Amino acid sequence: MENKYKIIPLTGDQAAAEAMRQINPDIVAAYPITPQTEIVMTFAQFVADGIVDTEMIQVESEHSAMSTTLGACAAGVRAMTATSSQGLALMWEVLYIASGYRLPIVMPVVNRALSGPINIHCDHSDTMGARDSGWLHIYCENAQEVYEMTIAAIKIAEHPEILLPVMVCQDGFITSHATEGVKIFDDADIKKLIGEYKPKYPLLDIKNPVSYGPLDLQDYYFEHKRQQSEAVKIAKEKIPGILSEFNKFFGKDYGYIETYRLEDAEIAIIAMSSTCGTARSVIDELHKNNIKAGMLKIRFFRPFPAEEIVNACRNLRAIAVLDRAESFSNQGGPLFAEVRAALYNNVSIPVVNYIYGLGGRDIYTEDIKSIFSEVKEIASTGKVKNLVNYQGVRE
Amino acid sequence: MKNKGWKEIPIGGLIVKAGNAEEYKTGDWRTFKPVRDESKCSQCLLCWVYCPDSSIKVKDGKMVGFDYDHCKGCGICAKICPKKCIKMEK
Repeated sequence: MENKYKIIPLTGDQAAAEAMRQINPDIVAAYPITPQTEIVMTFAQFVADGIVDTEMIQVESEHSAMSTTLGACAAGVRAMTATSSQGLALMWEVLYIASGYRLPIVMPVVNRALSGPINIHCDHSDTMGARDSGWLHIYCENAQEVYEMTIAAIKIAEHPEILLPVMVCQDGFITSHATEGVKIFDDADIKKLIGEYKPKYPLLDIKNPVSYGPLDLQDYYFEHKRQQSEAVKIAKEKIPGILSEFNKFFGKDYGYIETYRLEDAEIAIIAMSSTCGTARSVIDELHKNNIKAGMLKIRFFRPFPAEEIVNACRNLRAIAVLDRAESFSNQGGPLFAEVRAALYNNVSIPVVNYIYGLGGRDIYTEDIKSIFSEVKEIASTGKVKNLVNYQGVRE
Repeated sequence: MKNKGWKEIPIGGLIVKAGNAEEYKTGDWRTFKPVRDESKCSQCLLCWVYCPDSSIKVKDGKMVGFDYDHCKGCGICAKICPKKCIKMEK
């Protein structure tokens, strides 16, 4: 039997806010920033209308937003915030504290380029910069995925053996401000699905006193970081099980990765977020011309699905990794670096990188076709001309 | 005390038990160590009042020495002593 739902026209931002409404966190501390503003605005309206029990704390900066959220989470309640770009950058030092203290905060992030020069449109440089912050990262293709993954992220973050914060990313404007029909499930069912938050070490439990944030020197800091590595490894093992419960409810097949016509493909692109939608239609078109093209979409960037990527790519003849961020290493973007590291020593397939879409530069079907035609040539010649390419930039 | 491995300690650097700071020996942070000339001491206990690390040992209302396992050598006791009977030595 299918679960009760309504299809509502929502933007990606509103879909994130709807998920937050159903999660009904005890505390939301946030500061508005384009293109995340609509999440905070919509949620603030829910608070003003009394349809959530949340105490909303309007702070003076994102540094304070994350500090307040982690304080509330340490106190023992479900606490959320949301941000973009410069806001995430301003949270920087506190991101590491949230993960370091093992606080299960879920934060929608609407991907936007970082200054400078100043730009308000989509790329992944903000969250890719937070790659090593100890947060788990989920990248969503559309508003439906934003809604469902925000809800699932609560159970991932709060799993007693994981206890790590999670950012749920969507593409600024492309997803955040485009309206789609989004299936919103029944409030009571979602409430039941995520259950009650049972904090492991609540600061306000005066019968079991606990100290957060003591000085941690040469003698123990390393051990605590080792624990964090282990938590991400455990997350890697536990997430499929957690997702299966949600998949059953949502009628989905969410996993670390998603493949599109990859089974019999010879060439493929690897991408994240909204670009995957564009790629699907290109792949369908290429198949009409008997070009065996496929796609591997990466949903979880942390934990990084290395084994899943290797297994999915095993039979390919050439691969292009699409990065919506530059890491200035002269060796390609962050996704490329990690995919290539995963493939190295496991398979011997030529892999090239396309950095695209920086500062919201659109990626058209023609761009993806052009990438596929270059990958096709690599597959037939076995020769890589340029390891790192810049798609859609003017020479 | 042998330091514990990462599997044996609470997560996140949390201290999940109250009142265990004493188990953490901070005496080796010290450069200068307080030494008292007992013959000049008036037992006013100002050193005990001012010591930020509870490292003045008191027995039966009398100052009896220093807890060198925890004294960090800050020198406040020597500074505050009205009889100047505490010296900071290398």
